[in-house]
Amino acid sequence: MKLTVWTYEGPPHVGAMRVATAMTDVHYVLHAPQGDTYADLLFTMIERRGKRPPVTYTTFQARDLGSDTAELFMEAARDAYARFKPAAMLVGASCTAELIQDDPGGLALTLNLPCPVLPLELPSYMRRENWGASETFYRLVRGLAGPHAPAPGEARAERRRGPPRCNILGGTALGFRHRDDIKEIKRLLARLGIEVVVSAPLDASTADITRMGEADFNVVLYPEIGEEAARWLEKNFGQPRTRTVPIGVGATRDFVREVAALAGVDPAPALDDEDLRQPWWARSVDSNYLTGKRVFVFGDATHAVAAARVAVEEMGFELVGLGAYNREFARTVRETAQRYGVEALISDDYLEVEAAIEAAAPELVLGTQMERHIAKRLGIGCAVISAPVHVEDFPARFAPQMGYEGANVLFDTWVHPLVMGLEEHLLGMFREDFEFNNEAGPSHLGAHKPSPAPVTASEPEPALAVQADDTAETEDAAAIWRDDALAELKKIPFFVRGKARRNAETFAAQSGAQVITLETLYDAKAHFGR
Amino acid sequence: MSACSAPAPSAALAPSGMRDIPVLRERGQREVFCGLTGIMWLHRKIQDAFFLIVGSRTCAHLMQSAAGVMIFAEPRFATAIIEERDLAGMADANEELDRVAAQVLARRPDIKTLFLVGSCPSEVIKMDLSRAAARLDAAHANVRVLAYSGSGIETTFTEGEDACLEALVPELPQDTSGETSLLVVGALADVVEDQFTRLFQALGIGPVRFLPARTSSDLPPVGPNTRYLLAQPFLGRTGAALDDRGAQRIAAPFPLGARGTEAWLRAAAEVWAIDDARFETVVAAPRARAERALAGHRAAFTGRSVFFFPDSQLEIPLARFLYEELGAQLIEVGTPYLHRGHLDRELARLPAGVQLSEGQHVDSQLDRCRAARPDLTVCGLGLANPLEAEGLSTKWAIELVFTPIHGFEQAGDLAELFTRPLRRRDLLRVG
Ligand code: SF4
Ligand code: SF4
Repeated sequence: MKLTVWTYEGPPHVGAMRVATAMTDVHYVLHAPQGDTYADLLFTMIERRGKRPPVTYTTFQARDLGSDTAELFMEAARDAYARFKPAAMLVGASCTAELIQDDPGGLALTLNLPCPVLPLELPSYMRRENWGASETFYRLVRGLAGPHAPAPGEARAERRRGPPRCNILGGTALGFRHRDDIKEIKRLLARLGIEVVVSAPLDASTADITRMGEADFNVVLYPEIGEEAARWLEKNFGQPRTRTVPIGVGATRDFVREVAALAGVDPAPALDDEDLRQPWWARSVDSNYLTGKRVFVFGDATHAVAAARVAVEEMGFELVGLGAYNREFARTVRETAQRYGVEALISDDYLEVEAAIEAAAPELVLGTQMERHIAKRLGIGCAVISAPVHVEDFPARFAPQMGYEGANVLFDTWVHPLVMGLEEHLLGMFREDFEFNNEAGPSHLGAHKPSPAPVTASEPEPALAVQADDTAETEDAAAIWRDDALAELKKIPFFVRGKARRNAETFAAQSGAQVITLETLYDAKAHFGR
Repeated sequence: MSACSAPAPSAALAPSGMRDIPVLRERGQREVFCGLTGIMWLHRKIQDAFFLIVGSRTCAHLMQSAAGVMIFAEPRFATAIIEERDLAGMADANEELDRVAAQVLARRPDIKTLFLVGSCPSEVIKMDLSRAAARLDAAHANVRVLAYSGSGIETTFTEGEDACLEALVPELPQDTSGETSLLVVGALADVVEDQFTRLFQALGIGPVRFLPARTSSDLPPVGPNTRYLLAQPFLGRTGAALDDRGAQRIAAPFPLGARGTEAWLRAAAEVWAIDDARFETVVAAPRARAERALAGHRAAFTGRSVFFFPDSQLEIPLARFLYEELGAQLIEVGTPYLHRGHLDRELARLPAGVQLSEGQHVDSQLDRCRAARPDLTVCGLGLANPLEAEGLSTKWAIELVFTPIHGFEQAGDLAELFTRPLRRRDLLRVG
């Protein structure tokens, strides 16, 4: 059993729902109790979809257990087919139904429905949402495109003449900016003269999936969801796949070269873009203040790894932490962390992540909806770079993360939570100005000003996971703040106050000081000064 | 009405208890929350209690999704997620639970009551949480450990609060004072509780206590001299448990709207034999305020048709309020469960021929709703935007559970929750 306050990923059947909802003509019959219907609101409220997800829940109750839950499932599947006439049906169980072992797949097959039925086995007590989406997509591709694969040992049908063609894999419903990323990447591919056969699962039909073998290669935008299917396509249709995820200017250029090589075309037309402003925005003098900003990055592996590169190479930040919640992709995170000289945090324990952020004392957090809450509590700026996200991360405007426009978007969104450069100087100079002062927060963020970092020596509410790290905390808390030092600390602008406080406490602990005086504060500043 | 008179094939028509209101009973997909969701407000209401769900990742995910936003401060609930090794017998589930509970209590020394909340998975694998609670209660001095079920196979949405309060009833001390006391049952917003306290005091009714109390260490005593008033319509089991303790229910409608609140207070006043003149003196001013607040909304709402999907069991009192106090026309009033006894005074006030439905077949109900094209549909979060996209105005039912709506001073706010979607639709000039 694992104590969990918040979870980064939902159960695997929610991943399956993301695939079913992404597609145009698939229906998912889920053996599940009534409360599991909450998952509908992820799509209708958070993503603001104007349609119910194509999911029928059997909503069995305690009184049905042991008598007719199997019959209930068959009835639900039969009715769902009659009502929705899907081109393909997915069937499976949620965590509770998994325990009662009715075998939805077997039951559905006995119904002889006039459409393909794909049973899903998603072990709820071992796996999570991304894995569930990946497995579902893989099953769909194998089940629907499989019959069109050349027999083993047989060569692929002769390539059709004309422009090179690819599929785009991995976009789903409820995906973080998937809609816009795919649009942006399609535009990029068009400039290289590459045609897109199918983009799936988002907006794809069952018939589209059956045609996936027609492409020359696959573009995998979201490896967490698309890689498994891409591997299968590679093996069965001889379609190579891309490895670069085009987030950031550098990665987008690498992606263009990779794709151009796979397609046998010249990358030049897509190596730049007249609307790409990020590099100049980062070089212009007013961006000087971004230099060395301490940033902590956490998210799904793909987005976290990409964000780390952008943060260091394209924004000039200092990376002070990098992590991901999906263990399945831990390797790339570890490699990237090593490249940038930080330790990788692979954890889906919210409290552990919170403790790590607190310990790293960053000035900016790039994370998920969870890290936004952590950052808010700690009074640090935060921009969202990865799922899970909340309703405000589904903007009305076009806001991709990928491609050249994506790079522009990253610059804007990451700089937004930071205090503007000039403003930072003014704050430093006039710390006691009664309205333009350190307590006020960035003036442009009036509505969502961070709560000031705690300035008392004792932490108000240590987090659950701090247990692991108790000793460090008690050591820190051991030194007592003198009033004058505390008063001076309050004058330090809020966005560096947490760091100053921590430095002073660490310095005191290291030098064996029992109290923190004004002197200690400035000694620490000199000692740790950057 | 025509749209709802054709029952789905599996439906049976049964006469309702006291009056001949037809009830459409359906079986099919139920688009409702499970009882775990009650923790959303209970953990804020009972300030020294912690709710530990023994469940799956689905349960944890439900809790954070249903709340809409994550709570800024560390919440007083968490999930002990059952893992493969617990199921495969590699770990002893009871030992694991003891370990997790100890972890929670070590971290939150301020907690006085720990609720172990059962879920579908814990019930299907037959974990005995009552026994676990007794064991933990003995192991942890100064902490009361109780268990109840919030599972989706046993409870629907607000029934989670019912199960929680039911678990508290045996813990209530015996009232030995010999004095007649009033117990108001059902979680209310603190501000509403304070308003009611003042009103009862002015009426000369007392002592007045509330269940749940704001702190779990402050449990109200109960006994044969206890008269209880339900503030919420979904407390069937809690009511039965109180009856077992000898307490007696005061039959009343629910304190929603000016008339509902007045009738609710009057029912208590009759038990305490408060004379009419005094009742009038106390109630006149707030009632007049409530009526003033309602007047504008009534003008906007009269004649509008309303369709309720089942959600919280508040549907019948709300429908009565909309009909009686705002002049609405009721097309269908769906409720997850109809407790005839507790709702007797509400049912009596509904218009003749109103269509009630109990249980759900969501697709059939959507068909009826689309055919009727109501002016306002009250439904859950999974249905609201899809219906809006089809051109129907909706009110998300869950807001009615999370907003202070009881009592005179909130009558206008309650009305506003229903009129706002309509006003908004009229305001927007883009389509
Ligand atoms: S319905 Fe059951 S499994 Fe689903 S969230 Fe509720 S308690 Fe958990
Ligand atoms: S807070 Fe205001 S000034 Fe700052 S970015 Fe947003 S809109 Fe612009």
